[in-house]
Parts: sequence; structure tokens; C-alpha cells
Amino acid sequence: MAFTLKVNGSPHSVDVDGDTPLLWVLRDVLGMTGTKFGCGMALCGACTVHVDGAPTRSCVTPVDSIGASEITTIEAIGKTAAGARIQKAWLDREVVQCGYCQSGQIMSATALLASNPRPTDSDIDDAMSGNICRCGTYVRIRDAIKQAANG
Amino acid sequence: MASAHISSQATFAGRTSTAALSRRKLLQAAAAAGGGLMLSLHLPATRDAEAAGTDTFTPNAFIRIGGDGQIVLTMPYVEMGQGTYTSIPMLIAEELEVDLQQVRLEHAPPNEKLYANPLLGIQATGNSNAMRGAWKPLREAGATARTMLVAAAAKRWNVDPASCSAQRGEVLHAATGRRIKYGELAADAARMPIPKDVALKAPKDFKLIGTPAKRLDTPAKVNGTAVYGIDVRPPGVKIATLAQSPVFGGRVKSVDDAAAKAIKGVRQIVRLDDAVAVVADHMGAAKKGLEALVIEWDDGPNAKLTTTAIAAELETATLGPGAVAQNIGDAGQALAGAATRIDAIYQLPFLAHATLEPMNCTVHVRKDGCEIWVGSQAIARAQAGAAKILGLPLEKVVAHNHLIGGGFGRRLEEDGVVRAVQIAQQVDGPVKLVWTREEDIQHDMYRPYWFDRISAGLDAKGMPVAWAHRFAGRKASDAYGVSELGYSSHGLKRLLREQGFREIQRFHPVRKRLPSNAPRDVARHLAGPLVQRSLAPFLSQIWLRASAT
Repeated sequence: MAFTLKVNGSPHSVDVDGDTPLLWVLRDVLGMTGTKFGCGMALCGACTVHVDGAPTRSCVTPVDSIGASEITTIEAIGKTAAGARIQKAWLDREVVQCGYCQSGQIMSATALLASNPRPTDSDIDDAMSGNICRCGTYVRIRDAIKQAANG
Repeated sequence: MASAHISSQATFAGRTSTAALSRRKLLQAAAAAGGGLMLSLHLPATRDAEAAGTDTFTPNAFIRIGGDGQIVLTMPYVEMGQGTYTSIPMLIAEELEVDLQQVRLEHAPPNEKLYANPLLGIQATGNSNAMRGAWKPLREAGATARTMLVAAAAKRWNVDPASCSAQRGEVLHAATGRRIKYGELAADAARMPIPKDVALKAPKDFKLIGTPAKRLDTPAKVNGTAVYGIDVRPPGVKIATLAQSPVFGGRVKSVDDAAAKAIKGVRQIVRLDDAVAVVADHMGAAKKGLEALVIEWDDGPNAKLTTTAIAAELETATLGPGAVAQNIGDAGQALAGAATRIDAIYQLPFLAHATLEPMNCTVHVRKDGCEIWVGSQAIARAQAGAAKILGLPLEKVVAHNHLIGGGFGRRLEEDGVVRAVQIAQQVDGPVKLVWTREEDIQHDMYRPYWFDRISAGLDAKGMPVAWAHRFAGRKASDAYGVSELGYSSHGLKRLLREQGFREIQRFHPVRKRLPSNAPRDVARHLAGPLVQRSLAPFLSQIWLRASAT
């Protein structure tokens, strides 16, 4: 079945089953590989994108549930004010190690900052707890979010 | 944002060219003739045969400077989060006299001679020793290139090379204020004699080494442009996922794939002896197809093997005879006479590496060769694994390495590459095999189960007098020559003495090699860490008891 998805401001037509997770449409059909596959069960957060600004696990989001909603991915998050601040903070604080989870981390952090410009430690923990980092960069992630919030 | 970046386009071009390959062969031959692992860094053979007629300067296997000024550094160790794509460039750039912002990075192609880790003897990134291995040779590589560039400039200016200096990618002649960029010298530098010995900087003169440099791989990792193995997309690539026998050593008995084939986007079902793969237009269809397969397995000889049974076998083994690693005095007698005796059993479970990037490998098998794209800690081993399956000589298998989303030793193994090649042999065109998370965990190369039985005796003052330790487990890796008794002699003896066991009476470990039906063996957390995981808590227990005495 054909769907028209609005991804990073542009419409894309795809012909896949309606229950196909958005993750695979992004990565394999549209070739946008910045969004990562980690578990396929919404357990690790690597696949996080924004659907109408809300952080969403694309690996369990069927493409037929999206409708006319706006999808934003890591490739375009830097064009938003909060996303640009988060990316800069990530660079300033040298958050990244292997980096595989960081697309998802940045998407979750950006959604947090966009909705809550001055998050507390508890707010940060709540927003970020679904994003696993196998390298253990959590301390720097929190520092970077604080920098982005204060900067 | 990115001033330096890792060449991902090289995945499909550049390094795979015939010219590049034959240059590698030339270097390899020269290195072999020289007889040493690191000789390639010093050899005139680094003179690039193809580049001789061009304006590219390739003084060794790690540096390439184009006439356009592009400085490319080839990374012999792969980046998986440890920062090697920043620290290694720092070593080279320090002596080459270029800024980190001026360099572009490439993953090294497979070549055991050119890119072997000097401390491991193979082209592998592991054991946390890249900096130790690279420290001298890669600074020499940079210094050699710089010396030749300076010589080329001095010749052009007809001045003494000693009157010239290099900085930030240029050669300067202070007396006349002349300067020239490396790119403009590349063609001439390529014709300069390769210096036999080059002087390395004194540490006090370091500009980069020891400074808190920004990581070169980070910019691409915060904007989605970094290319990990799983992100590779050769034109026309199909996506596959698989089910492997849930019992190690099991076989496929039958497959009903009718429902799977009916799923939109599913292109092909590939059946192997011990696995079934679904090839599709995208992973969504492949996973859906996998779920729709009805597979009957023949569980084979390990059908009844359980973790519980393995643990029980190990426990029994620690009560029987075994190899003695160390035996000082009579621990049995000392323990019997001790005022306090502490006994403990530690068991470490099978452990999967659980890299966040699931196992994956992309393969294109053609009539006359094969191309593979993967993130590997040992890319030459990956190449060799593919070549063996295909019955091809190494040079017919072009292997591209990539950023790694978590290694921990898992990606030292070539099993994922072999699996992908087995499937790709039956697929027309390139296919990317991506393991589901479930497969990734269930078919890891596990850290082995480990069983420790430790006893310590304390005297009336709470001071340790005796230590007896019997352990059983399979060594973590047959592939790397690591012994489960490796920890036994000096290291532990010193540790115990440091901990106060000055009257060690006896040390008596037992080893037990499990029969081959044990679930795989592993390449991570070698013997030392296994034992340490028990020693640390046990020593803590002893000291808690001792301090309470």
C-alpha cells in the first residue's frame, strides 16, 4: 500500500505494508540511515525520531499510524533551535564514544529541551531513561543537556 | 561542522580500485621481503608505482598526500568508541606537522603485513593496546613523510634542508620567508629518497600529543552522517535477516516458507544447513517473513545440553584433580590450623557482548570475486573467512571496514561475515544481512561460564595465612592463545602478597576444559578478567572479616 510521509519537511511516497515499522521505511526504503536499529522492541531508544515533535520509537511505529504527521530525524534535527543547541553541547562535552546510540539520545534530548527549556536532573533522567548507551556516556549526556539548557 | 571526516565514500570507490589494490600488493611484497611487520613504514617500496606518474605522495601505508592538498591518513585500528580515530591521527600529524583539521581518515583495507598490530601480530583492534603498538611506528611514518616533503622543498629552492622547517602542512624557509604547501610538493616528494632513520620530536616539542584534542569522529556521529557497517547501502542492495538453530549444532529439518513468500517485499528464502534467511526489500519485510516461516529443527547432539548441566559439570570438576598452577607450602594444613576460615564459590554466567549495533554484514558475491562491507575489529580475518567459504584467493575478496557500534571483542570474530557470505552465495546482487536483536543475543560468542571455589585462612590477629583456589571453566578463546592459567603465576602471586598473604601456603587451581559441545567459545573477557571478577569480591570479604577481628 502506498503512503505519503512527510519527513524533514519533504513528502516521500513509499509502497510498503501498513504494519511496516517506520524505522525500516526510513533506513531501507528512503536511505536515511542516521536513525539506528538496536532492538526492534522499543527497549533501547536508538531508533528515536520525532513525530509532530514527540520523541517516538520508530521501530514499533507502524507506517500506517503516522498519517499527515511531521517526522523529523537526526539528519534534520540540527535545523531546529533546540536540536542545534543539543548538537553543539554534544560536541563541546565530547559526549560520544562509539556513537551508535547517539542519534536516539540526541532526538530524546532535543524533544526534552523543546518542551522543557530548564529541565531538572529528574526531568532529564525521566526523559532519557529509555535510551541505552552501551559505552556508558550517561554522565556526559546529562552535562550536555544542562549546557544546552543554560547556553 | 565537520572539519575532518572519515571517508565513507571509500566504501564504494577509491580503495577498491585496481590501482589501490595493486599498490597494496606491491607494499605487501616489499614488506615481506623486508621480513618485518613494521618495515613497511620504512621501505622505499612505499614508492607508489601507480602514483609515480601522478602528483600523489604515498610515503607509507598510512599517509597519502594528493596534489590537490588532500591529506589522507589510513587508520590501522578501527574506531569503536575508544577514540583511536583521534589518537592515531595525533601521532601521525604530530610528526607530519599538519593540523588535525587538515586530515581526512580512511579505514585500512585488510592487509596483515601492512596493518598488523605489532603487539598482537595480526591486523586486529583489541586488547586495549593500539597506542602502545602505534606509538613509535606511526610517529616514524609521519616523520618520514615530513622529511621527504622538506627535502623536496629544499631541492626546489636550492637550499639546505636543515634551513627549512615544516608546520601546518607547509614547508617554510625562514631565511627568505618562502613557503609552499604539502600538496604542491607531493609529486616531488614522491621522488625523494626515503630516509633510513628519522629523528622523532622530543616530548617537550609536542604540539598535539598530550593535548585534549576534539575527537575527529564525533561531528558525523551527532548529525546522522556517520556510516557504520549496518548503514552500508550498495546500489540494489537487498536486506536479509535470519533464524539460526536455537540449539548449538542443530540442523534445519524442514521449512515451510509459503506464508513468508506471500509477504509484500519478501524476495527469497535462503536455506542453509543450520539457518534460514529471508531476503527482502527492507528489514520490515524480512522480519515479517522470518516470523511467518515454519521451521522444524533437528536439535542434534546438544538437544539436552543445559546451562545447569554445564554449571554442575564445572562444579564437580573443581572437586577433582587438575593442573596445578602454583603450589607453595601446604595450604590444606594451614587452612586446618587457621583461626578463621572463609570459603566462597563464585559462578560467572555465560555472557553475550550485546553490542548496540546488531551483528550485520553486507556481501556481494560475483562470478569472479566478492565484496564485503562490515564493521570489524579484524578486517583481514573477515576477508580470510569470506575467501575460505568462497574458495577464492584473498585478493578476490575486497573488504571494506566501517565504524563499529560496539565491539567488546565480538567483532574480532568472523562468524557473522561467514554467515552473510553463505547467504549471499545464493542471492543475485548485494545483500545486507542484519541479525535481529534476538539472534544477536542467542548466537553471541559467549564469555564462558566460570566456576571458582576459593578458601582463605586468617590467623588470630585476622591476618591472612593461607589461600586455596580451585577453578574450572573453558578458556575464553582458543583463537588468541590465551591460557586460563595465564593469571596464575606472577600476577596473582604479587597481588596476594600485596594483599597481605605473606605466608601463602598453597595455591592450587584446577582447570577443566569442557567438551566441544559447550556453546561456542568467546573472544572477550579473557582468563584474567574472569578470575579477577571473583578475586576482587573475595578479597573484599576477607578484609571485612579481618578488620572485624
